[in-house]
Amino acid sequence: MAQKLPPKDVVIIGLGWTGAILAYELAKAGLDVVAIERGPWRDTATDFPPAYVQDELRYAIRLDLFLRPAQETLTFRNNTGQTALPIREWASFLPGNGVGGAGVHWNGQTWRFLPTDFQVRSHLEQRYGKGMLPEDMTIQDWPVSYDELEPYYDRFEKLCGTSGKAGNVRGVKQDGGNPFEGWRSSEYPTPPLKQPYGPTLFAEAARKTGHSPFPQPASNLSEAYVNPLGIKLGQCTFCGFCERFGCGNYSKSSAQTCVLPALLRFPNFSAQTESEVTRINLDSTGKRATGVTYVDTSGNEWEQPADLVLVCAFALFNVRLLLLSGIGKPYEPQSGQGVVGRNYAYQTMSAVNLILKDKVLNPFIATGAIGMIVDDYNGDNFDHAGLGFVGGGYMGAYQTNARPILTRPLPKGTPRWGAQWKKATAETYQRAMSLGVHASSYSYRDCWLDLDPTYKDHLGRPLMRMTFDFHDNELKAAAYLTDRLADIARAMDPAEITALPRKGPYTITTYQTTHNTGGTVMGMDPATSVVNRYCQSWDVHNVFVPGGASVFPQNHGYNPTNTVGALAYWTADAIRDRYLKNPGPLM
Amino acid sequence: MMGPVSPTRMSRRSLLASTAGALLISATSGRALTVSGGMPWAPNTASPPVPVRPGPWAFFTADEASLVEALVDRLIPPDDRGPGGRDAGCAVFIDRQLAGPYGRAGGLYMRPPFMPGAPTQGYQMPNTPAARYRAGLKALADYVKDAFGGKSFRELSSQDQDGVLAGLEKGSVVLKDVGGAQFLDLVLQNTMEGFFADPIYGGNREMAGWKLIGFPGARYDYRDWVERHNEPYPLPPVGIMGRADWTVRE
Repeated sequence: MAQKLPPKDVVIIGLGWTGAILAYELAKAGLDVVAIERGPWRDTATDFPPAYVQDELRYAIRLDLFLRPAQETLTFRNNTGQTALPIREWASFLPGNGVGGAGVHWNGQTWRFLPTDFQVRSHLEQRYGKGMLPEDMTIQDWPVSYDELEPYYDRFEKLCGTSGKAGNVRGVKQDGGNPFEGWRSSEYPTPPLKQPYGPTLFAEAARKTGHSPFPQPASNLSEAYVNPLGIKLGQCTFCGFCERFGCGNYSKSSAQTCVLPALLRFPNFSAQTESEVTRINLDSTGKRATGVTYVDTSGNEWEQPADLVLVCAFALFNVRLLLLSGIGKPYEPQSGQGVVGRNYAYQTMSAVNLILKDKVLNPFIATGAIGMIVDDYNGDNFDHAGLGFVGGGYMGAYQTNARPILTRPLPKGTPRWGAQWKKATAETYQRAMSLGVHASSYSYRDCWLDLDPTYKDHLGRPLMRMTFDFHDNELKAAAYLTDRLADIARAMDPAEITALPRKGPYTITTYQTTHNTGGTVMGMDPATSVVNRYCQSWDVHNVFVPGGASVFPQNHGYNPTNTVGALAYWTADAIRDRYLKNPGPLM
Repeated sequence: MMGPVSPTRMSRRSLLASTAGALLISATSGRALTVSGGMPWAPNTASPPVPVRPGPWAFFTADEASLVEALVDRLIPPDDRGPGGRDAGCAVFIDRQLAGPYGRAGGLYMRPPFMPGAPTQGYQMPNTPAARYRAGLKALADYVKDAFGGKSFRELSSQDQDGVLAGLEKGSVVLKDVGGAQFLDLVLQNTMEGFFADPIYGGNREMAGWKLIGFPGARYDYRDWVERHNEPYPLPPVGIMGRADWTVRE
């Protein structure tokens, strides 16, 4: 029997990027806010000290900062012909855990979606005709436009102190930035990072082949910065222990480095850690939430009543919590009815590996988001007529690390062990680099999330089941984009080049990316979305999913965090300026 | 007070000291914490890694250890570029890993039912890494004894040892009740972990793995070298515990 706690104005489930932003904005507005986080408290000085955080085995291989599958995992199958089996060990994607969430272990790649991405279906149908899109592709326009979201992108970038070079300030093209990006109200808060040798060589080749390279926008800061909350960040030192690690240098933007010190000054905010929300409670009408129930590490169950419930966990776990709480109708792919779990999407990652002649690349001089990029083949930046696919991605030389347990490039045909392996490993490490393609993953009728009929978590609740595979459209795009990248790579005059376009079937056994999207999609129509354009549940008006990537109707050719942060601010404004004045459906 | 009780930060942290994936959320440890009124901080609450100590084998029997030392020394043979897997401590590394949370699949989802699946669905067997080593090493030792007139793997010539490993990889060497290729994959993965992980875990002794490729290790600041393009980084590697030549060793 749950013990009932004194009521709060707001309960926030999960204290990562979106939870921290919403907590700050609503505590600042005077509301009594509690955030409930199932992982531990984490801060820079205690948990990521530069004395020992540079430990590849502990953090990148044994995944010390990540959620333990024993606590929660998913089951997975490629299609309904298979029985879904549990992901017993993470590999394809790595859900975070603890205060800061995925914002602790991310790379810091801080992209905006393109203006046309927000109207993807209507734009593509208008330009190419309705026949261009596969019949089972379920992409839909976002319920918010780029122009509406621009001020919120700007706000999140200023929170982070993102380092980059604008390509378009209020419609005026800027040399050295991304010529394809949407308009920006201002230049990046800090200048771009200095580039190591590999990305510099790539940029030269890209220019030579008629492309427009620019530095990747990075929330690994090029210089010290004070954000609008008054929190100081430090200059990045290029240590190369970034993604999968916490930053010991206050240089990677995260809830820890950008929000928490200011948030914790509010006496009307508290965080409850190592406490797992098991359900959102509804009143007898089912149309209003009364709060949440959670279990602490002693196994005690607590009920936290609240007027407003904000679902701020990692994308996948937002979906599961709504399914377990009976909020919104679960999606059912045969009929196409229902919405929760619909339009699960991912990212389509490909690579071109190079070994250069007589070069010293020092590949370990790296940050999570450093690199030189071309965006010529993203979204609808290029003519898709006759190509047989839609969508695209950015590509380039992003030099995130050369940590040697995972990164030991070898020439083709080298044995995996023995004398030849050792010789080739020694001779290749300094002159090899990998170029990447980071492409869209559109949504389909047969890619979705629901509750598993067999497997349970440690509390006896059903695991969520993922049914997903790559579709022809994405695989064709991967092949085309990887060819374009290989064209640029050949201009670098490599000794060896290996193009690795993404191939099916999707496997959970090799790391690709942790950009899991959809399942609680935002939209204008309750028949095809779980939340409205203010990220408010259509069914339960005092439940919001404020900007987690679970609200993306499909995934575009960029990393999601900047859009997640922008939507968090967008939702915070809607709650503060509109919902609080007149609690009820905003649409 | 009605609220959840928060014990001291220190007692909670002491339970975080595991270096590997073993941090199971226990239902009995009472670590839930309420944070408010400022950023919490307390001394001695960090969780630095625990250095591996030299000494007797923690997991392997003497026979198993002898076989593993021979295996890692063929996977990474000694040559004029530097030591092999054995002298680099790879067997010690694997031994300590198997004796710890990694060996017992700590933190992984180990609930039944266990059913074979598609390759895209990942490893689906109930065997922990420790159990896989125990069974795999025995099966390999038995195979060698049968195939080479009672000899142990360690007693074979380097060429014969390599022949056995290549046979496991290709499937021409078949072990009883153990997937030979899968077992070789596991040993190879752990050997490479040992050769390239921080020396604090018992392998990569004298930073042999890092010196082989020119990885500077646990350094934390390359600001002066980012734009020194095409110039070798001049400083030698360091580990979390520093460098061997900074300290006197027995």
